[in-house]
Amino acid sequence: MSRLESCLLMFLALCSVTQSINVEELNEEFTESLLLRPLPDRKVLAHFHFRSSAPPSKTYGRHHHIFPKSIYQLVHKFQVREMELSFTQGRWNYERWGGFDPISSSNAKPPGVELWAEFDVPQDQVDESWKNLTHALSGLFCASINFLEHSTSYSAPQWSFGSASGKLRYGTLPREAVCTENLTPWLKLLPCRDKAGLSLLMDRPSIYRGYYHSQRLHLKSDEFGASEMSTGMVLEQTLTVVLRPDTFSGKALQPSWSLSSLFGRSVSRKCSLSSSSNVYAQFEQNLLFEGDKLKEDREALENAISVGDGFEDNPLFELSLAPKRVIKESGNLQKAGSILYEFSVEDSNEFKPFDLGLNWKVPVAWSCPQAPLQASRFLLGSGNERGAIAISMKSTRSNNVERTSSYDENECWLRVGIFQMVPWYVKVYYHTLKLFLDGEPQSSMENIEKILVSPSEDKVSTGVLEMILRLPCSVNTAALTLEFDKGFLHIDEYPPDANQGFDIPSAVIHFADFVANMSFHDDSLKQVPILSKLQEEVPVVSYTEVLLVPLTTPDFSMPYNVITITCTVFALYFGSLLNALRRRVGEEERLLNGKGARKAGPLTLMISKLSAKLRGKKWEPPKQSESGRSSSKYKLLAKVVLVAGVAAAWQFYFQ
Amino acid sequence: MTEVSAVVKPKPRPIIRIGLFLISHSLFVSIVCCIAGVLALLLLPVLAKNTYISENALMPGSASAMLSTDDASDGHVFVNKIMSISSMSINSGIEIPEMIAKHIIESGGEVNYHKFQPLSDSFHPLQFFVGPDAGMVQDNYSSTSYGVNTVGIVRAPRGDGKEAIIIVTPYNSVKPTTSEALSLGVAYSVFTLLSRVSWLAKDIIWLAADSRHGEHAAVAAWLRDYYTLSSGDLEHEVTSVKRDGVSNGFRRAGTMAAALVIKVADSSTGFEKDGLKIYAEASNGQMPNLDLINIVNYLAVHGQGLQVRVEKIWSLLDSWWLYSLGELQELIGKVAKSLNPGWKFGIPASDYVEGCTTLASSLYNQALGIPTGPHGAFRDYQVDAITLEFSPRFSSSQRVLFLLHVGRLVEGVIRSVNNLLEKFHQSFFLYLMTSPSRFVSVGTYMIAFALLIAPLPLVAAALFSDASKSKSPGESIPTSPAWNWLYTAKTVLIVHLWGAIVTIIPYFLRQFPDSSPLISLLTWIASSAVLLFFTRAASSSLPFSCASQLQTSEWTLLKAVTVAAAFIGLCLMSVINYATAEIGALLLVPMCLMAVPLRIDATAKTAKTVARGACNVLLVFVGFPPAAFLLSKGALSSFDGVRLDDFWNWIESLREWNSATYIYICMVHLPCWVLCIHILLHRR
Repeated sequence: MSRLESCLLMFLALCSVTQSINVEELNEEFTESLLLRPLPDRKVLAHFHFRSSAPPSKTYGRHHHIFPKSIYQLVHKFQVREMELSFTQGRWNYERWGGFDPISSSNAKPPGVELWAEFDVPQDQVDESWKNLTHALSGLFCASINFLEHSTSYSAPQWSFGSASGKLRYGTLPREAVCTENLTPWLKLLPCRDKAGLSLLMDRPSIYRGYYHSQRLHLKSDEFGASEMSTGMVLEQTLTVVLRPDTFSGKALQPSWSLSSLFGRSVSRKCSLSSSSNVYAQFEQNLLFEGDKLKEDREALENAISVGDGFEDNPLFELSLAPKRVIKESGNLQKAGSILYEFSVEDSNEFKPFDLGLNWKVPVAWSCPQAPLQASRFLLGSGNERGAIAISMKSTRSNNVERTSSYDENECWLRVGIFQMVPWYVKVYYHTLKLFLDGEPQSSMENIEKILVSPSEDKVSTGVLEMILRLPCSVNTAALTLEFDKGFLHIDEYPPDANQGFDIPSAVIHFADFVANMSFHDDSLKQVPILSKLQEEVPVVSYTEVLLVPLTTPDFSMPYNVITITCTVFALYFGSLLNALRRRVGEEERLLNGKGARKAGPLTLMISKLSAKLRGKKWEPPKQSESGRSSSKYKLLAKVVLVAGVAAAWQFYFQ
Repeated sequence: MTEVSAVVKPKPRPIIRIGLFLISHSLFVSIVCCIAGVLALLLLPVLAKNTYISENALMPGSASAMLSTDDASDGHVFVNKIMSISSMSINSGIEIPEMIAKHIIESGGEVNYHKFQPLSDSFHPLQFFVGPDAGMVQDNYSSTSYGVNTVGIVRAPRGDGKEAIIIVTPYNSVKPTTSEALSLGVAYSVFTLLSRVSWLAKDIIWLAADSRHGEHAAVAAWLRDYYTLSSGDLEHEVTSVKRDGVSNGFRRAGTMAAALVIKVADSSTGFEKDGLKIYAEASNGQMPNLDLINIVNYLAVHGQGLQVRVEKIWSLLDSWWLYSLGELQELIGKVAKSLNPGWKFGIPASDYVEGCTTLASSLYNQALGIPTGPHGAFRDYQVDAITLEFSPRFSSSQRVLFLLHVGRLVEGVIRSVNNLLEKFHQSFFLYLMTSPSRFVSVGTYMIAFALLIAPLPLVAAALFSDASKSKSPGESIPTSPAWNWLYTAKTVLIVHLWGAIVTIIPYFLRQFPDSSPLISLLTWIASSAVLLFFTRAASSSLPFSCASQLQTSEWTLLKAVTVAAAFIGLCLMSVINYATAEIGALLLVPMCLMAVPLRIDATAKTAKTVARGACNVLLVFVGFPPAAFLLSKGALSSFDGVRLDDFWNWIESLREWNSATYIYICMVHLPCWVLCIHILLHRR
């Protein structure tokens, strides 16, 4: 035993030596952070952010201490350049929770599973890599991602997602149920799993009880790039949940909460492998604006002297812990940006767990910043034959959104990108694309800046519509309709619950001119991964609802009946047809005449011979007499009655 | 020997022999079949099966109700608020929607108003084949009288938003009655509960429909806008978005799984329990899935102890002949049971009478093709929907208890439907109810109809073969006898064309809106008669019609073609609306089968022929649609209140509701009736 231990020690020492050699250059790093933000509808957004990075294996080697091996192998086996996988339950409420901040833009995902990946392989191997990747991920995350392998379930967007290299594949599974079995493998990728650090908070019942649950995995690597300036692999794991605090605080006041009341747990220690482990509480500008208004009112009322922007005297709320740092977003000229309060969990321990709490002082109502247009998608028409998909976008002018491009009253255009993937059994007629601006149908194509349509091929590929609309800034509503026919599936292509209907995956609406990022004055903040992530310029993206299209379904429970009745009809039809074709009337008459001359069939002949022998009479050929015919009729009747009687008796006695 | 063999004919195949046998005995077969058909119809209450919940996912009543007394008393407060608004003197019809919207927002739901105008009168009798258009609806709010529906939506917390369950409460927004306010209270207490629960998988839409322009119109207008790109999607007032959170934009929530219309009856029940009446018939005899009725019935009876009823014809309840029939079948059932204890048929006579009255009402409502409530609008979009009409035990006291019971029932039904993974498809769509817990499925009730119409092709074939046999070789007209029927077919076709024209006449009559029903009816009849005369004159003046001479001797051919046409018409109608075809067959089949020229009967002058002539006259009289309608109306209530304009109103309502029954009456029944008269008055 002691020998084993010494061996282990030696191995560890060896490891630490190798580590210390590389420590000067680049090293594996893991950070964890949690961002909390109160939402206007009495809910709380909690956004966990874990980032593991590894330096390029060219310089660093293939052995990692923190970075998960399975992901490393995935990257190397399938040459993944960038990949994003999300498991989502519930819908992000763009109207109430906002759609114009970095968190909603990159973490609001469609229900179910969404996966996109870009590969660093030659063009002809991309599909192959994608198929293998889906199978690998399916095993890794205990989900049916392997259903994305069929070419009917994924697509190759040209320019809607990231780069336009043509090596990107995109697929969604709207019906995938998300549960703890998907979270556990996801947590396994963290160095401390959920044994220490912020992931301790992930009490399964609490986080799955929420209104929105999205676990996401974003992987970026430039291992295979030609350039030497490679940064290695970066794995970002985020979990975004929207929870409703259980505390009751009257009808008007927002509910106060603490980490322990939200999650039922608190953080007792940080993950010792993480280089930073912070908790941020974010308050949006609209909320702060309300607070400022309140403060001004109060000052005017009490004639008190302002104490500055410390957090203690905030008129709206009170935080249970003193923040380590207050980070202000450098907003634009008109208004201040949001505020982040930073807390560190480093000095917490078993006896003094980190438990941040928030208490509201006064009732307050505010609204979240919205994307320039709020999109919703729905089906038009009813019946099993045809229908139409409509995407309606409504302006949310109530929020003054900033624009990156220069603002000019005449030359003001709003560029809206739409990516819509449609399964083949929904046969979209792309020529029926109609655009309505403020209720007026637009006949020409002048509002369409760019459009790419790849129609679906039956049982082979999905249909994809990518387009960029150019709408005037003054537009109030824009609506887009596409008509479709509902296709027929082969009987074994129906899923087990075919009568539920079939899903059309979410459309992706992105606003290319708008970027959702926060900008901070302090450049040193770029070092903190979550803050640098918040500062990253990502376009504003929103997903629409998943649609359910009822298709015609056969009655699966009675194929036997269908087969029987069809066969009967066919037999009757073909039987009589062949009979009519085969028949020759003249021939038959001739035959009948011959038969009239001849005797009856061989069997009757034999029987009559036999009976004659039994009776001891001389056999004579039967006569074709009227009485004989009638007697045979009676015989037939007697036979029928006998058979029926036997059947009835059988039925009666054996029941 | 050779001569004998020449006579031997080829022996036909058995199926043809059976056919020939039936045709040669067509009189006997048709009498047996008709009697058996009527008997089978009368036996349906005995053959009815107990309902059962076919879809396992529904699991009704497996969860305990969450609606508490607090929710019910909240609902009661809500009812009182509505009543206080309604008692105010000035009421423009927007106060109550605003109040409802405020409450919906407070409970955490989304809300929007839906302004609508009642639909204009448009006749789409074949809408059930093509479905409503998917295109855009252009409405112009020319007049100021529009209704305001209030739509509240609870989003399922963890649901994917693909499906929705609808609760509809029709109410008059200007002057709601207490019962309407109670139905709103029920919906409100359930809605607030559902906005808190965590088990929702489908979104909940509460449609408080403004029934100023009729309950059905409000729901139909909302549904039409739901399934089209409506003005609410296209017109968007940015300024109004933030006004107390109510947007004018049209809100949707995915594919509809089921809809419940909640109503409270004005009159209280005389019973000890609260009552529940289920209405299910939608347009053209379409019914919702039987499972929906089953879960409501199951939860109401076993969960809340309500007295569940479906509609019945009350005047039939104390008819002696029905009761004696019931006793007869009870007796037969007893005798059969004494012979073999395994044979269990026969139900108590009182049950039989109840079943018959319910069945008659079910059959009549389906045959009318007019929906029996706002749920009918949903069926047009393939959504299963029923109307639940509650009747409280006491008029005013114990309202909270009433709200609690009814709210728990609605909650249970919604929870069951929420469990559904697939849409309703397991149970029956074609059925007739004989009581809330018993039904007759399509396989059983088709027997009666099949027996009734089976003699028609036989008789047609028999008459045709008679006509071609009896043709004397010395006929002056040198046409092939096999093609003679074409001339009679032409007559029949012309009469049917006339029927199509008769169908359209009421449109022109509608251009004179001032005329009274009676005048309109008489104009309709008179113009139809004139048209008939003209078409007859025109058809006989056609150059190739030597048919008129032919017809004089060939009434059998005419009858054969008439019977065949009636058969085709009835078969087609049975596909569209079984109940209409069944009732139509009861009238049409004896009339068509009996028709023989009166002159023949008059010349023979035996007791049999006189009776036959009288029968013919009687049948033709009863077969005339207005006569049949007025007679049945008089028989069911009393002959005092029967007026001729009732028929016009009835026909008008059929036409306005796009009922296929109207088409049937004008294009199948009426031409056949005219042809029967033609046969009766035939000159020999």
